[in-house]
Amino acid sequence: MRILVTVKHTPDLQSNRSFTEGTVTRTAEDGSMNELDENAVEAALQLVEAAGEGEVYALTVGGPDAVAAVRKALQLGAHHAIHVSDAAIAGSDVFGTAKVIAAAVRKVHDEAPLDLVITGMAALDGLTSMLPTALAAELDWSQLTLASGLTVADGEATIVRHLPDARETVSAPLPAVVSVTDEANKPRYPNFKLIMAARKAEVATWSLADLGVDASAVGAGAARTTVVDASERPPRENRVKITDTGEGGNALADFLIEKGLA
Amino acid sequence: MSVAVLIEHREGHVSRPSLEALTLARTLGEPVAVWLGDAPTADAVAQLGEYGATEVRVAAVGADARLPAKAAAAVAAATEDATVVVVISTFANKEIVTRLAVLTGAGVVVDAAGAELVEGKVETTQTVFAATWNVRTRIDAERAIVGVRPNTTQASPAASPVEPNVVDIAVELPETRETVVSVEPIPQADGVALDEAPVVVSGGRGTGGDYSLIQDFAELLGGAVGASRDATDEGWISHEHMVGQTGTTVTPALYVACGISGAVHHRGGMQASGTIVAINMDPDAPIFEISDFGVVGSLFDVIPQAIERIAAHRAG
Ligand SMILES: Cc1cc2nc3c(=O)[nH]c(=O)nc-3n(C[C@H](O)[C@H](O)[C@H](O)COP(=O)(O)OP(=O)(O)OC[C@H]3O[C@@H](n4cnc5c(N)ncnc54)[C@H](O)[C@@H]3O)c2cc1C
Ligand SMILES: Nc1ncnc2c1ncn2[C@@H]1O[C@H](COP(=O)(O)O)[C@@H](O)[C@H]1O
Repeated sequence: MRILVTVKHTPDLQSNRSFTEGTVTRTAEDGSMNELDENAVEAALQLVEAAGEGEVYALTVGGPDAVAAVRKALQLGAHHAIHVSDAAIAGSDVFGTAKVIAAAVRKVHDEAPLDLVITGMAALDGLTSMLPTALAAELDWSQLTLASGLTVADGEATIVRHLPDARETVSAPLPAVVSVTDEANKPRYPNFKLIMAARKAEVATWSLADLGVDASAVGAGAARTTVVDASERPPRENRVKITDTGEGGNALADFLIEKGLA
Repeated sequence: MSVAVLIEHREGHVSRPSLEALTLARTLGEPVAVWLGDAPTADAVAQLGEYGATEVRVAAVGADARLPAKAAAAVAAATEDATVVVVISTFANKEIVTRLAVLTGAGVVVDAAGAELVEGKVETTQTVFAATWNVRTRIDAERAIVGVRPNTTQASPAASPVEPNVVDIAVELPETRETVVSVEPIPQADGVALDEAPVVVSGGRGTGGDYSLIQDFAELLGGAVGASRDATDEGWISHEHMVGQTGTTVTPALYVACGISGAVHHRGGMQASGTIVAINMDPDAPIFEISDFGVVGSLFDVIPQAIERIAAHRAG
């Protein structure tokens, strides 16, 4: 079983997240691996462990600091780490990013075939959930997205996905792009040995030239959308907090009535 | 400019967000409705016309359209002339529009709270980082796809209703590797759907598993019942009720959080709501950082009293 997991470097949920010149501010200090990608790493490790053989590659696309994301994946137990970094990638939209990831996936796949690419269900900066679909389309592999359950047998992957109107079971032949939700599993904690090993582990660093991707096909120039403005929302005004000493429910009712909400 | 709106419908009824999307589409150009599935009823067609759709394009795809690549092919066939395609920003539609954009080269923004034309280009607004930032995005590509969140445009009928032409669209669905093995429909809770509801009353771990007060309060306020992840994990209430970054994102006019601490994961799915009310025993609960009206107290005391007062007020 050979699996590549995509992990994104995103600002920490608890940090003060912000925008700089139309893109998400990402620094080494307050950023790490997208939390939802822990479920992707976990899903890959569990499949390899169950198969009793195999390898997990962690791949990130991003600036120099993004290496933190693949180091985290190594700490969790991924065997290899790849960091695709190139100034020309900056400002890519989802389709540009999918092109770069697809090229890197093909490079690994050409060395020895991969069975699966597993991604998180969404990156917690943009929360768009578009990349897995764009990647499956770009690779022309099977698309099995938003999996809350995943099984692999006899060259086929089967997922369960919960949509608001139905629970679907979908299957497709390998190789497949699978995105997993945070319900798919409980991510493990890194152990001390892996943390130490991850520090020294080698991370392959690839440029667009290494991948044979034309710089004009990616980056801000090729992006189909541009962030033209980003501003912090003003805090809510006139906020009230009361303590219930027997009249709390009445006060709440009055508030709602006065606001025309009840 | 022709603006195509992908209509959401269930058991023949047009969803309210679809009417919101048509209302928004009218500000961008001339709306046409795209309908996947069995032909709409005369009532549905009339309603779409009332909200300004000049045409209803029907692609009679069946259950196959659950696969995003197939649905995208159907939408592509029905929107060849459209410069803008508007859909409701659901998980399923995000996948469909991603495929559609791969087919047509369109630029996409999902989770938009609004869209307008600026110098001939579509510009959208959306909130990010658990609704702490506003972002404005311009779609530079010739074709634009906008996924809008429910409750972000006030649905209103067109100044004068039109009688839409109903047009059948022939689609040849592509072969896909994926096979839908089974579909188990989820029975819909009575009343309004969570993501469309103008009011959401949510209960968390603080309910201890008893949702009867939450349900009563939601019913009184004409809203839907939501929950935190801990509550759905406990099995107290089904997964479809979960509000949050990985559950349903809601933007109702009123959000009432009862016995919910306000973890960042939860806030990500409700922080853009109009008015936020919190009831929590812990004065330091983070939910109070974003509530317009907070009551430090037990939901078992506060909710019954509030219900009684509101009912009495209504009775005059
Ligand atoms: C990757 C990831 C994704 C997640 N996604 C989501 C998500 O989408 N949505 C989500 O909700 N969570 C999500 N979570 C979980 C989230 O981090 C919190 O654990 C969860 O929201 C807490 O639920 P809670 O507020 O009900 O419980 P708690 O945090 O335990 O809070 C219960 C609150 O109830 C109060 N309380 C107790 N008794 C009463 C009473 N009688 N009256 C009033 N108040 C009372 C307590 O003071 C406390 O503040 C996610 C977590 C992870 C790791
Ligand atoms: N730059 C990136 N590098 C690696 N993985 C990514 C990147 N962007 C997105 N992904 C993956 O795609 C998933 C969905 O991201 P998104 O579509 O941006 O919400 C994430 O959980 C990641 O697994």
